[in-house]
Amino acid sequence: MAAPTVPESKQLQYISQQAADSRVNVEFETEDGMTLNIGPQHPATHGTLRIITRLDGEQVISCEPVPGYMHRGYEKLTEVRTYPQVTTLINRIDWLGSFANEVPFILAAEKLMEIEAPPRARYIRTILFELSRMANIVLFLGDLGAQLGGVTAVFYAFRDREFVLNQIEAVTGGRFHPNFDRIGGLKDDLPKGWIAETKKCMTRVHDFCDELEDLLIGNEIFQARTRGIGVIPANVGLSYGLSGANIRGSGVDWDIRRDHCPPGLVYDKADWKVCTHPDGDSFSRSWVRLQEVRESAKIVDQLLDSVPSGPVMAKVPRIIKVPEGEAYVATENPLGQMGYYVISKGDLVPFRVKIRSASFNNVSIVPWVTRGVFVPDVITILASLYFILGDIDR
Amino acid sequence: MNQLSSADTEAPPADQQAEAPRDERREALISLFSAEIGDAVVGTHIRAGDDLWIRITREAWLETARFAQQRLRMDFFDFLSGIDWRPSPYGRDMDSQEDIVVHGTEPKEPPAMATGYAGGDTRFQVFARVFSTASHEGVTLKADLPDDDLSIDSWVPVYAGANWHERECHEMYGFTFNGHPYPVNLYLPGDFEGFPLRKDFPLLARRVKPWPGIVDVEPMPGSDDDEGAEGGDS
Repeated sequence: MAAPTVPESKQLQYISQQAADSRVNVEFETEDGMTLNIGPQHPATHGTLRIITRLDGEQVISCEPVPGYMHRGYEKLTEVRTYPQVTTLINRIDWLGSFANEVPFILAAEKLMEIEAPPRARYIRTILFELSRMANIVLFLGDLGAQLGGVTAVFYAFRDREFVLNQIEAVTGGRFHPNFDRIGGLKDDLPKGWIAETKKCMTRVHDFCDELEDLLIGNEIFQARTRGIGVIPANVGLSYGLSGANIRGSGVDWDIRRDHCPPGLVYDKADWKVCTHPDGDSFSRSWVRLQEVRESAKIVDQLLDSVPSGPVMAKVPRIIKVPEGEAYVATENPLGQMGYYVISKGDLVPFRVKIRSASFNNVSIVPWVTRGVFVPDVITILASLYFILGDIDR
Repeated sequence: MNQLSSADTEAPPADQQAEAPRDERREALISLFSAEIGDAVVGTHIRAGDDLWIRITREAWLETARFAQQRLRMDFFDFLSGIDWRPSPYGRDMDSQEDIVVHGTEPKEPPAMATGYAGGDTRFQVFARVFSTASHEGVTLKADLPDDDLSIDSWVPVYAGANWHERECHEMYGFTFNGHPYPVNLYLPGDFEGFPLRKDFPLLARRVKPWPGIVDVEPMPGSDDDEGAEGGDS
């Protein structure tokens, strides 16, 4: 490897200057703080998020996340891709729950074209959506354990996530990037025997939740590390645009799936509940996520029983031109609210797509919530906020 | 429009088409905005039962946010970004052989600019969306920015989450947000030149190396579509 062209002293100077520049309100001042640079490559960051912390002893004075190491410019790229091509790109935003990324974009295009998927497609869409939520959050729960020092959980998570991924793969052909959702329906129907297999898989997911509740959530050390750490009041969280389990962990009873589900998904056909926790700390966020996996498995279980027959694709033109207009569709993705603001000019390609990803807002609260905490708690807070770098950088 | 339309029923019945759908709740919201900020409401658009757009003057930008958050309980900050309404001078760039055949590889004179819902008079607009977690209603706010002064008040004092969105918008479009606490680039290097999301910023990857994917497409047997014919010489 070639030697770095910038001398170390310059680098240090740069780092400390950046930290000094971060205009975060500090509650206490020091003459000579210490600057600790976490990342870009750090196990706690799920990718390449760099965090510059300025410390006084072990306490964080200020903390500034530096995203952008993985910025792929999807908003620009979508302007030169046809609508069906866009789903290939946006799959890679939140790569652990890829199918869920496609759905809001497809729904926005369907809204502009004023077509609706047939009932069977909407059921399967919802089922796959929930499967990707499970695959995503199951890994979160394991990873949470690993980051707090309980490495066992991560092996359980990787093992059981594979069962969910197998089901997704059986339908879509891809473990991670299904690219399965189409404007007007789905690419294909379910394979034979899939429903029975998935029901077995749901039992496993329930078992995993019980296992993990004993192993991790109920663990004394885990609770000591997470209870009361990184408390986010509801109004602060909302003004930062926190969504999903992060805001339900602060006691806000709001779930897009239940409250204003966009047409094209059938959450109203299942009996399930939205879990909230009033504390707003790292523990409550993790707890809410665990319950969400359970509810998600319940939804899938019920929907599997009632998948209607019929086609999986509506009649759509072969060359898809989306009529002029603007539409914003947001769904409750594994990481929080994800939405696409699509502006169409009646062309083959979108004129502008604003991608509102959940992690971007969820991580922007980090400077606020890490003020005055201790260094290990920074890791707890980051882990409990749960972000995917692709979802921040897009 | 939430009704199920199967593949067989192409058009809705005539009586449904004739009646213009109205949305009283959103009309009431508009009148609330008009009552508070008066003439600053320049344009509105309602998609009945679904969504609401309001265009305001940029002078009233911060005031409107404060009103929306504190009086209308639109507590959830969704996103903030910009739009460049000028059509791209490059078409679909080198991705599309069709564009090259029609327009040539040189930048072409862009077609007339047209703005979207709730109207617009300028090339650049800032738009943002806020949402009420209590009433489950959202509004997309837009504001025009004149070309000679691309600046607008920052929303950070009202919605703290606007911080990163405005930094991104600042580097991608070159807008200035007055009163932003830390207006430095979020994604791009500090010395990056140009504003990537503006329409006149070319997608350089395609300039350097044309997309080779099109040559892989074989024409479907028996198909006389134009897709098969354009592969080959990219």
